[in-house]
Amino acid sequence: MSELTRNANIARPDDFYAELLAIHEGRSKAESDAINARLILLLANHIGDRTILREALQAAASGPV
Amino acid sequence: MAQVFDVPLYAYRRSPDQDAAMPVRHPVVVIGAGPVGLALAIDLAQHDVPVVVLDDNDKVSFGSRAICFAKRPLEILDRLGCGTPMVDKGVVWNTGKVFFGDRKVYEFNLLPESGHKRPAFINLQQFYLEQFLVERLRQLQDEGKPVDLRGRNKVSEISHDAGGAKLTIDTPDGAYALEADWVVACDGANSPVRNMMGLDFVGRVFEDNFLIADVRMDAEFPTERWFWFDPPFNRGQSALLHKQPDGVWRIDLQLGWDIDRDKEKRPEKVIPRLKTMLGEDVKFELEWVSVYTFQCRRMERFRHGRVLFAGDSAHQVSPFGARGANSGIQDADNLAWKLKLVIDGLSPDTLLDSYEFERVLAADENILNSSRSTDFITPKSEMSRVFRDAVLDLSEKFGLARPLVNSGRLSVPSIYDGSPLNGADADGLPAVTRPGAPAVDAPLADGWLLDRLGGRFQLITIGANAPGKIEAAGISAELLDLSGEPGSELRQRYLGEHSAAIYLMRPDQHVAARWLAYDEGAAQAALTAAAGH
Repeated sequence: MSELTRNANIARPDDFYAELLAIHEGRSKAESDAINARLILLLANHIGDRTILREALQAAASGPV
Repeated sequence: MAQVFDVPLYAYRRSPDQDAAMPVRHPVVVIGAGPVGLALAIDLAQHDVPVVVLDDNDKVSFGSRAICFAKRPLEILDRLGCGTPMVDKGVVWNTGKVFFGDRKVYEFNLLPESGHKRPAFINLQQFYLEQFLVERLRQLQDEGKPVDLRGRNKVSEISHDAGGAKLTIDTPDGAYALEADWVVACDGANSPVRNMMGLDFVGRVFEDNFLIADVRMDAEFPTERWFWFDPPFNRGQSALLHKQPDGVWRIDLQLGWDIDRDKEKRPEKVIPRLKTMLGEDVKFELEWVSVYTFQCRRMERFRHGRVLFAGDSAHQVSPFGARGANSGIQDADNLAWKLKLVIDGLSPDTLLDSYEFERVLAADENILNSSRSTDFITPKSEMSRVFRDAVLDLSEKFGLARPLVNSGRLSVPSIYDGSPLNGADADGLPAVTRPGAPAVDAPLADGWLLDRLGGRFQLITIGANAPGKIEAAGISAELLDLSGEPGSELRQRYLGEHSAAIYLMRPDQHVAARWLAYDEGAAQAALTAAAGH
C-alpha cells in the first residue's frame, strides 16, 4: 500500500525551493494565496490517491512538531 | 391574466364528516396538498387505501417554486399516472455552462445515458405538477377510488396514541373533529403539525439571501443552465439562469446576508438588477419574485408512532441540486406501499420504521450534497473563497478541476444500502441494481421496463426459470419473465457478466434481493423480509 513520502524526494532541493519562491516574487498576498491554492489543487490531482492525500492533509494540519 | 395560482383548485366543500355525531375515523389522513401529499394520496388511492387529504389552502402553491424535476421522480410520477403531462409540458435540458467573472470557464453536457424512458431532468413550474396531480386525483375519484381532497381544512390540534390520532380541523363552517389510524404530515418546511407536536427540526442555517425572479421574456438564450460565480452584474455573489415552459426564465441572484429583504423584493430594486444582468434592451415582465434564505436540517425521526412526516416537513435542503420536491416525491413513493401492507394487516407496523431508515438515509445524502454545493457557491471563509476561485480558474484550462466545480449536484435517487428490507445479493451482478437500489430503466421489445414494474412485489427473471408466482407471509410476488428480451441495456444493467439472474422487486420499484438462480426458500425468505417481517 502506498503512503505519503516523508523522506527527501526532490533532486537539487535548493533549485526547487528557489523556483517555488520565484513564482511568488512581486505578487500581492491575494495573488500568492491564489497561486498556492492552484498549486495545491494541481499537485493533489496529480497524486490522486485519497489515502496519500489524507495523510498529507493531516501532516500539514498538525503543524510544526 | 388569471394565473393558475389565483384560481381555487379544490374549493372548500362541506364534508358529511362535519355533520357526524361522533368523529369519523379514516385509515389515512394526509395533511398538506403539495406535491408530496398529493403523490402519496394518489398512490394510496390507486391501491384502494381510503385517504383524506387536508389543506389549509384551496389553490396550488403561489409562484414557480420547485422547477427542476429529476428522472427518478418522473418515473414515480409515471407510476402515479402523471409522468406524461409533466414531460410533455416540461423543458428538457442537457447543457450547463459555468461562468466565472466575465468569462465562461467551461460547459458540461449531462449526456443522459441512453435506454431510459425519461430524461435526466425537466424544468417545470411546481404549480403544473400540483395541477396534474389534482387532475389525476379527480380522475381516480371519478373511477370510484376512495380519495377525498378537502380545501380550507386547517388542522389546529393533533394528538396521537398507540391506536391512532385525533385531529381538530378548522373550516369556513367552523371546527370539526376527525380520527385517523395513520397521519402523514406533508405540510412543508414550516410544518404546523411538527410544531404542534413540539418536535425538533435542527440543522445548519446559511447566512445568505437569494433573490428568485421568474421573468417572462422573448430572449435568445438557449435551453441551458447557466451559472455564474462572481459575475460583473452581481459582484462577489452568484447567479443562475434557467429556462421554464411558457417563455419563463428562472433567475436566482445571491444577495448576501446584510440586506433589507423587503426592499430587495420591490420591482424598483429588482428590475434594474435584472437589466444589468440581461442587458438594457431585453424586454421582460416579472412573473414572481421572492427573497429566500435557507437551512439544511431534518427531523431526528420521521415516524412518531401513528404520525409520519414526509417531504419538507421532515427534511429541508438548500435549493442547489433540486433535492427538495424531488426527494419528497421519493418519500411518498417509499411510504405508500408500506402503509398499505400495514393497513391490510399483511405487515407489522414496524415496516414503517424502514420508511424512516431509508428516507433518513436519503435525507442525509441530500443534506450533505446540498451543504457542500452551498459551501462552494457561498464560501464562508477567506481561504474557502481562495480555493473556490482557484478551482474555477483552473477549470477554464484543465479538466482536472472540473469535477470540483459545484454549482449543485443534481438529484439522483438514494440506494438504500443496509436497509432492514434488503435481502440476498449475488457476486458479480451490476452494482447499480444491488438490493436497495431503484430499478434502472431499460428498453424492452415492447415499451419500457419501468412501465412493467411497481405497485406490487414482482420476481423478474432473465435467463432463469422461476414459478409464475411465489407466496410468503400472505404476500405474493408475480413473475415477470424477461428472458426473451434482446435489449443489451437490460443485460448490462441486470446481468453484467452473468447470463442469468432473478430479482425480487418491491412495489416502489426498488430491488429487494437478487440471485443467479431460483431457490424457493431463498425467494420466500427475501419476500418475507422485504415485507417487514
